[in-house]
Amino acid sequence: MLAAEVTHAGAGAFPLLTALIAVPMVGAVALLFTQRSRPEFAKLLALMFSAVTGAMALWMLKEFDQSADGFQFVSQHTWIEDWGIGWHLGVDGISLFLIVLTAVLFPLAIVGIDPHHDEKPYLAWLLMLEAGVIGSFLSLDLFLFFLFFEIVLVPMYFLIGGWGYEDREYAATKFYLYTFLGSAFMLVALVATAMLARDDLGYLTFDLVDIAEGSNFAASTGRWLFFGFAVAFAVKVPIFPLHTWLPDAHTQAPTAGSVVLAGVMLKLGTYGFLRFGLYLFPEASVWSRSLWLTLAVIGIIYGAIVATMQKDLKRLVAYSSIAHLGFIVLGTFAFTSQAISGSVLQMVNHGVSTGALFLLVGMIYERRKTRQIAELGGLQKVAPIFAAGFMVVMLSSIGVPGLNGFIGEYLILIGSFQSARWWTVVATAGVILAALYLLWAYQRVFHGEPDEDNASFPELKMKEGLVLLPFLVAIVFVGVYPQPLLDRIEPSVDRLVAHVADNTDIDADPDYTTQRGEFEPEHGDDGHGEDDGHGDEADDHEEGEG
Amino acid sequence: MLELVWLIPAFPLFGFLTLLLAGRKLGEPFAGLFATAMVGASFVVSALIYFDLLGMDEAERSHTETLFSWVPVGDLQIDMAFLVDPLSIVMCLFVTGIGALIHLYSIGYMHGDPKFSKFFLYLNLFILSMTLLVLGSNLLVTFLGWEGVGTCSYFLIAFWHTKDANATAGKKAFVTNRIGDFGFMLAMFLAFGAVGSLDYAVINDSALAGTLTVATATGIGALLFVGAVGKSAQLPLYVWLPDAMAGPTPVSALIHAATMVTAGVYLMVRVNPVLGAAADWVPTTIAWVGALTALFAATIALAQNDIKKVLAYSTVSQLGYMFLAVGTGAYVAAIFHMITHAMFKALLFLGSGSVIHGMHDEQDMRKMGKLFKLMPITASTFIIGWLAIAGVPPFAGFWSKDEILLFAAADSWVLYAIGIVTAILTAFYMTRQVIMTFFGKAHWHDNADDHEAQGDFKPHESPPFMVLPLIVLAGLSIVGGLVQLPSVGIIPSEWQHKLLDWLHPIVEFGPSAEERGIGEAIIVGTTADDLQIPLMFVAIGCALLGIVVGWLVYQKRKIKAFEPELLRDGWHYDDAISWFMGNPGRAAFQEIADEDQKVIDGAVNGVATVVRVSAGEARKGQTGYVRQYAGVIGIGVVLLLGWFVVIRGIL
Repeated sequence: MLAAEVTHAGAGAFPLLTALIAVPMVGAVALLFTQRSRPEFAKLLALMFSAVTGAMALWMLKEFDQSADGFQFVSQHTWIEDWGIGWHLGVDGISLFLIVLTAVLFPLAIVGIDPHHDEKPYLAWLLMLEAGVIGSFLSLDLFLFFLFFEIVLVPMYFLIGGWGYEDREYAATKFYLYTFLGSAFMLVALVATAMLARDDLGYLTFDLVDIAEGSNFAASTGRWLFFGFAVAFAVKVPIFPLHTWLPDAHTQAPTAGSVVLAGVMLKLGTYGFLRFGLYLFPEASVWSRSLWLTLAVIGIIYGAIVATMQKDLKRLVAYSSIAHLGFIVLGTFAFTSQAISGSVLQMVNHGVSTGALFLLVGMIYERRKTRQIAELGGLQKVAPIFAAGFMVVMLSSIGVPGLNGFIGEYLILIGSFQSARWWTVVATAGVILAALYLLWAYQRVFHGEPDEDNASFPELKMKEGLVLLPFLVAIVFVGVYPQPLLDRIEPSVDRLVAHVADNTDIDADPDYTTQRGEFEPEHGDDGHGEDDGHGDEADDHEEGEG
Repeated sequence: MLELVWLIPAFPLFGFLTLLLAGRKLGEPFAGLFATAMVGASFVVSALIYFDLLGMDEAERSHTETLFSWVPVGDLQIDMAFLVDPLSIVMCLFVTGIGALIHLYSIGYMHGDPKFSKFFLYLNLFILSMTLLVLGSNLLVTFLGWEGVGTCSYFLIAFWHTKDANATAGKKAFVTNRIGDFGFMLAMFLAFGAVGSLDYAVINDSALAGTLTVATATGIGALLFVGAVGKSAQLPLYVWLPDAMAGPTPVSALIHAATMVTAGVYLMVRVNPVLGAAADWVPTTIAWVGALTALFAATIALAQNDIKKVLAYSTVSQLGYMFLAVGTGAYVAAIFHMITHAMFKALLFLGSGSVIHGMHDEQDMRKMGKLFKLMPITASTFIIGWLAIAGVPPFAGFWSKDEILLFAAADSWVLYAIGIVTAILTAFYMTRQVIMTFFGKAHWHDNADDHEAQGDFKPHESPPFMVLPLIVLAGLSIVGGLVQLPSVGIIPSEWQHKLLDWLHPIVEFGPSAEERGIGEAIIVGTTADDLQIPLMFVAIGCALLGIVVGWLVYQKRKIKAFEPELLRDGWHYDDAISWFMGNPGRAAFQEIADEDQKVIDGAVNGVATVVRVSAGEARKGQTGYVRQYAGVIGIGVVLLLGWFVVIRGIL
């Protein structure tokens, strides 16, 4: 398959993608020159830079060609020629909405959350984090990706360590070391990948597209290399049992840190699996899928069970993230169009819903200076609008139809059921547990009669409401009308699915015999591939209807 | 007119949005009147569409109105689309019709509640969801409504959320329903895998054409039934419904008796060709679950003292009858009983609400009695509801229950026996309720102190907003049977089985049904069919038996009342589940959560400690953990790279 890179009409004139990384980076540097005594000026400056980034991302969304399946707005320049490292950026349906989400989330976090002290460095770290995250989603060069992937760790380390809560040092160190250790595996693997791919390509390059389309690793080599990447991504996601850094990091991080961590940073892992795992190593991905599916399903059930028993509201949301990301991993390794499209959509949905949940939990902490569920109660009586906002976000997280979380989860499950049936059956049971832990938490925090401490809980303020509003709009919009998103996601996902199918004997795998083949013998014995079979049958039924 | 079907959900949606934005400004009673008007408008649209369909040829009475593509990915193409056909429009008529009456009633019932407008906001959202449920042209739109009604049910059960019991009951309803949803979702996945679509038309057509294998049809049918068991409160998942009575009484009438809980029955009837194509054990199981639930819940109802709890268990029991009908192939009877039950049970619930209102929030029947004279309209209408549910002709319940029993008899005499015993019990416990509430001795004098400190406690009749719906529903409970009169000689043939003729293309699919003709064809030639008229008299006799015994026990006190603790506590079934969830279940969850801290995180920190200690030994006096760790990791990376470069000779 050829690397289909769409050069966009407007792309030649303005290096949009480079600007998406450069603007927040410049903003971070500019903040260093502001006066420490003028925090409101620093805030304004940071807001300006992040708002410009957000506007550019929205413009990119508008200009994005939804019929194309390849990379768009591509920016490609040689960087370190001797090593074949390039400044290669591009966006496709898989990364598009993650970038938009990132670029919109940061200005909201900057305007909506008060760090209480040392505004200047806090905002500078945030902007640097934004540049790193966007860079990771845009990079089409292995080395460049690694660079951004690592850059992200530094600001997050300092944000947790500098602006976090009581155990921030421990949590920050744990977060840093854990993810850094994973990255070490990736560094080795990506260097080795480039070296080994040279044999097939005839030249040394770190370019993702060149290697993915041109290399032909031996199965055993590919599996080792995949493993190196997979460890880094599995820690980042995090996949059970590599998850224990997450609850600590989330609980101790300042609100903005949690929002960004849950909103976009965890997706670096799941995105990495799609972009670098499946795309570079289709054979190894298919070979190891049972492992990932099993760990994903364990994560779904386990995360939910542990979440149920948490006493700390933030920790509860953190464990719910583990469960939710389990769904995304499940969809990724199901290799069907619906499941992977669902995973991509769910990355965005989880970012919105869990980002909003952390925002709300942060607001509760601001008011009550506690995250302990037992110390809260009866808040719905004193702050009904706040409670209503929390309720909508919670229902989205539970996966109630009509809201965004359901669409992603449903696509993942219906797609995975066709290729990984029993894993999906267990995963679907996780849907019951999600209702259990969230509703129980809601009951304890919001229902009942408020005690003395909670009786003075202030209602949602106008400013807080305005920050929350975009989240709520996104939650309802995607739930009711996901088509604009799916239309843009699907072509790239289909291309990835085809790439995996072309490079593996995926059809020969017994797990891939879908029930349509089994249950309908008159179609099954035609002997054609499953894709053709589906099309024919669908047509038949449509004729029957009319 | 058919293409305007979207107006049916659009009106309550508009009502919901308006109340969301301006509910408090509208205030009392305008928020309530506005919400009622919206549901009334939906009813008018439904009626217009009904007459439109009536004028059409039988074969043309099906129209799919697609609004937009909802979830399109690859060969999964799910539209936001509505199906207008005789079944869905019958459902719309009774949902919006009874819904509008209950909205009206609520204006009186919720008078003075600080959250008056919010109540109507939820009610309109509920009607929106319910109409989506019945109008959906595919399983996913139905599921959208299905979860929507469940969520509204959660909101409304916990409406007075400062009381812990209400909040717990709401949560319990939601989570228990999710167990059923698990089945519903898997059924959708299976259907998509088998036919590549979630449209009812596609699924049902392939079931009729025989392209759906028995295995798949069995899977889809059984899994959808799991969903129905949750939503319609059947054994073993009924436990949430009695607790749901914590919600305001109009909610109990609308959601937990007339409409939402019947969604499972509707779903089964909607996919009846799949049940037909499934293995025999699927309909058999449905029939047995229904029959046993009917009997089980009726025994519990015998000993309840809370006026609403009696009706709650009675609802579970009556829903059991509907599933008995579904399982024995009596789909029309199931819908028939659903309609008549909606009429008389909504009446009974609203009547009980009127009593509770008049008794100043007293729900214990032991503290009532002799209310007939003080609340004449409530009492008279309640008595009509009682006769209807007890199965006394010519009230509505008699006809629908009789048809179910007839089909049960044709299928199995054991099922019939369970049904008839349940009928006796139903007549008995309803008689008990009527006597304890409206007749016998007045027990409310001694409570005067509890209720009204200022003295002068006297139950009173309810305001017109509440009484009017009672009168309308009482009228419907009298004549509701006309919808589907049996094919018995003395009834003119053009009056017979109207509903069956109307629903015919949907519930009697397939070539085999054509051969046998329509009507009560599947039981033609059975002994039960020959005995139709004697069986009818047996049913009447049983109803009267229950009533007379009840009268002797509770009015005349000739027989000692039999109300064992075991039945009052619902055979300890709910307690056992609660105990299990609260003790071993919770302990197991706690254990896993502890292990996460101890074992998994412990291992991580253990490794870290080992590294720290050894690194600390190596470089004493250094501080800054990160640098140490990074150093160790950096060395590791260099070593690994070195291994690749030197040993594997990559460079």
